[in-house]
Amino acid sequence: MEMFFYLFAGLIVISSVLVVISNNPIYSVLWLIFAFCNGSGLMILLGAEFLAMMLIIVYVGAVAILFLFVIMMLDINFIKTVTQFKTNLLISITVALIMFADLVTIIWLSTKNIVADNSKFSPQLEVVLMSRTNTHSIGQVLYTDFILPFQISGIILFVAMISCITLTLRHRLGVKKQDIAKQKARNKDNSILIAKPNLHEGVEGIAYD
Amino acid sequence: MISSIGLEHYLILSSLIFSVGMFGLFMHRKNIITILMSIELMLLAVNINFVAFSSYSNDISGQVFSIIILTIAAAETAIGLAILLAHFRNSGSILISDINQMKG
Amino acid sequence: MVGLCAILLVFLPLISGVTNGLFCQYFSKKQASIISSVAIVTSSVLATFTFYNVGINKEIIHITLAEWLVIAGIKIHWAIYVDQLTSIMFIVVTWISAMVHIYSLGYMKDDSGFVRFLAFLSLFTFFMLALVSADNFLQLFFGWEGVGLCSYLLIGFWYQKKSATNAAIKAFLVNRVGDFAFILGIITIIVYFGTADFIEVFNKAESFSFVQLNCFGLRESVVDVVCFLLFLGCMGKSAQIGLHVWLPDAMEGPTPVSALIHAATMVTAGVFLVARCSYLFEYSTRVLQFIAIIGGVTCIFAASIAIVQSDIKKIIAYSTCSQLGYMFLACGVSAYNAAIFHLVTHAFFKALLFLSAGSVIHACHEQNIFKIGGLRDKMPITYCNFLIGSLALVGIYPLAGFYSKDAILELAYSTGGIGSIVFILGIIAAILTSIYSVKIILLVFHGKTRLNFDDFNRVHEAPRIMNAPLNLLVLGSLVSGMIGHYILALDKPNGYFRESIFNIHIYRILSKHPPLYIKLLPMMVGLVGIVLGIYLYKKIVTKIKIGKIENILVNKYYFDELYDVVIVKPLGTLSKVLDFIDQKIIDRFGPQGAVQIANYCGGAVGKSQTGYVFNYTLYIVLFLIICTNFFIINFFIN
Repeated sequence: MEMFFYLFAGLIVISSVLVVISNNPIYSVLWLIFAFCNGSGLMILLGAEFLAMMLIIVYVGAVAILFLFVIMMLDINFIKTVTQFKTNLLISITVALIMFADLVTIIWLSTKNIVADNSKFSPQLEVVLMSRTNTHSIGQVLYTDFILPFQISGIILFVAMISCITLTLRHRLGVKKQDIAKQKARNKDNSILIAKPNLHEGVEGIAYD
Repeated sequence: MISSIGLEHYLILSSLIFSVGMFGLFMHRKNIITILMSIELMLLAVNINFVAFSSYSNDISGQVFSIIILTIAAAETAIGLAILLAHFRNSGSILISDINQMKG
Repeated sequence: MVGLCAILLVFLPLISGVTNGLFCQYFSKKQASIISSVAIVTSSVLATFTFYNVGINKEIIHITLAEWLVIAGIKIHWAIYVDQLTSIMFIVVTWISAMVHIYSLGYMKDDSGFVRFLAFLSLFTFFMLALVSADNFLQLFFGWEGVGLCSYLLIGFWYQKKSATNAAIKAFLVNRVGDFAFILGIITIIVYFGTADFIEVFNKAESFSFVQLNCFGLRESVVDVVCFLLFLGCMGKSAQIGLHVWLPDAMEGPTPVSALIHAATMVTAGVFLVARCSYLFEYSTRVLQFIAIIGGVTCIFAASIAIVQSDIKKIIAYSTCSQLGYMFLACGVSAYNAAIFHLVTHAFFKALLFLSAGSVIHACHEQNIFKIGGLRDKMPITYCNFLIGSLALVGIYPLAGFYSKDAILELAYSTGGIGSIVFILGIIAAILTSIYSVKIILLVFHGKTRLNFDDFNRVHEAPRIMNAPLNLLVLGSLVSGMIGHYILALDKPNGYFRESIFNIHIYRILSKHPPLYIKLLPMMVGLVGIVLGIYLYKKIVTKIKIGKIENILVNKYYFDELYDVVIVKPLGTLSKVLDFIDQKIIDRFGPQGAVQIANYCGGAVGKSQTGYVFNYTLYIVLFLIICTNFFIINFFIN
């Protein structure tokens, strides 16, 4: 069992490092996908198989693909991205190291005395004990106790969709589209012009409104 | 589920991924997309953290929250990329060091 | 009823002055003149009525109007207190003010600031009336300051002239020096006597004359100190020697102003104060001697300068200064009633002299007497007025000045001691008085004219509105002396004034009668002076030669230059130094320094807004790290 953990853990760390230090953004995205897959493997180890599958479907299937689309669309000149390495290496490594050291210290300090406390059961434990799968147990609470976060996250997705469309919509000129309101507002006055041209002159010089 | 891999293993792993993500956040100044990917890495670390806690304290709410984080992360990535696209259309480059109009 | 009259007569000038002043743009000249003349004439009628009740029937009015200050047991009220002394001052102030108002309706008719002028005159009258009807030191000081202010406004009335504004500032500043001593006196009174009301202070005066005051190592009696400080205030207001420098320059104002303020009312406020506080002054013999000496010296000093001046108004101004010296001389020998008697008569004939001089200036547009002459046939009425006024000034029987000057010099002689010295000074001053009076008359009205032909032909008598008020003043100059001496017994110590003026040695004076030649000496000296003057100026040479002293006299004993070197210039440099300290040192480290620090800090903080997103993320993460470190350190400490 521990072997799987160390396998997944090692792979995820290596792939995350490679995400960051790759020159080519496409490589970075591919390494990111690999990191997600390993992450979901870790979650299966923890017994959260629904979440693991969700990770792959949403992250890998949607977010990473979105990244790929954008990278390809923007036509990034990746020769320029090579030369940015050495400039701020120092700050980044310092900050990251300090952060890591802090977190490790906190974890070490607080988990010294952790004892798995099985005497008190959270309200959802019975649910978990009664359920058969992870999906079932999440479903038991998601629509009952956590209905509010659920609905709000739905609204957030909705808002995100609208904002994406609003941000990137371009009105191209010359595209023929239907405008129902305009169509129904046509009447005789603004569509027909009775012209009385003079003899031998034609309708070319007539001013339309 | 109780094995010699304790909770702290997972936590240290998640903090390591978090630090790597932060490293990437500061290092890339010329490529916004890599920054967004570093943010995704940080969110992944947080997800692992939540699920680990949820598993070791027999509380399902960790996983529920992880689902919500997933949702939010997807929404935020989409909006971030849309903004990037709009900016790219206006300025023609994705060099982050060109975005300094709020100076002063 | 009488009380209501008193209140009304004090406040009517205020109402008319404020109305004219606030609405001076909306009133036509005719409306404004009607408002102010009606107010002031009503005031003078009411003053006569009050005088009849209070002075003759001896009812004293004391009405408290409102509370002013109630602090720590000291109560100070706005009040109207009318006793015999006040009622006589009411008569003088309101009558002279009424005459000047009517006169200035004609004199200032063509001036654009006419309404403003009338407003200032009425305001001045109000302040003077508030001064004389005060029942405590603070209301008197309020009136004191008010008349100083109005004097400033009126002297600098033609404010476009630089010399006028300078003279106004000079008057105000020199008055202020006296006021400073006055304030110190009031403070001492309040601290020691515990009250500022006249009646209570006077009741305690005798007991306090033995209390000693310790100041800078000098031990003096409280009453001495108070009286000395009050007299310094009087020196400033009444232009005694040392603080007289403002009076000649105050002639920059229009002539009615000089008549009202510098002849009849404001400069007599000092004499009024000394007479009112006679209860206090009687207990400090040293200050009385000082007053007598200052008065005597001022008499001679001012008269000696007057004989070499060439500006008609300045001569009359120095004459005022000299006559004020007479009044203080009288106060110094405890003859307060004679001083007030002389004040009343002097008001009449000096105002007459000033206003007649105003008519001359109005006609000739020239103030230098060496450039005018021979106006006797052209302006007969003015000549007559001038003559009567000058004779009254010199002291010829039976005109007004004879009785009052006589009273002063008699009482000075009979007091003995210092009285004899100042008696001699007064006699010499009388000679000089008649010399310069004759000088003016001869040079202005007699002889061949020195004006050019066109100006001389344009000289005409003053219009009726300017001459009519002078009639009352002529009447006053003629009969006020006799009325005062025979009917009202103004100059006898136990005559008119009863308890309003106090004299310790009243019975000793009553018992002494000076010999007849002393009684006649002033008039004979005056006649001698007239003869001398006619002889000196008969030839109408340009200036008389008195040798080396002439320079000193012409330059007014170099007082102005002395003050300039000793006081004005050091103050100028001191203020420059202080300005430097204020601007460069205090301001630089104080407010300016704060401004610069704020700007610098703001700039420094502003530099952190670089606009680069990664800087902002760095800040976020740094703060995050600090927070986590905080928890760790917290854990380790505990």
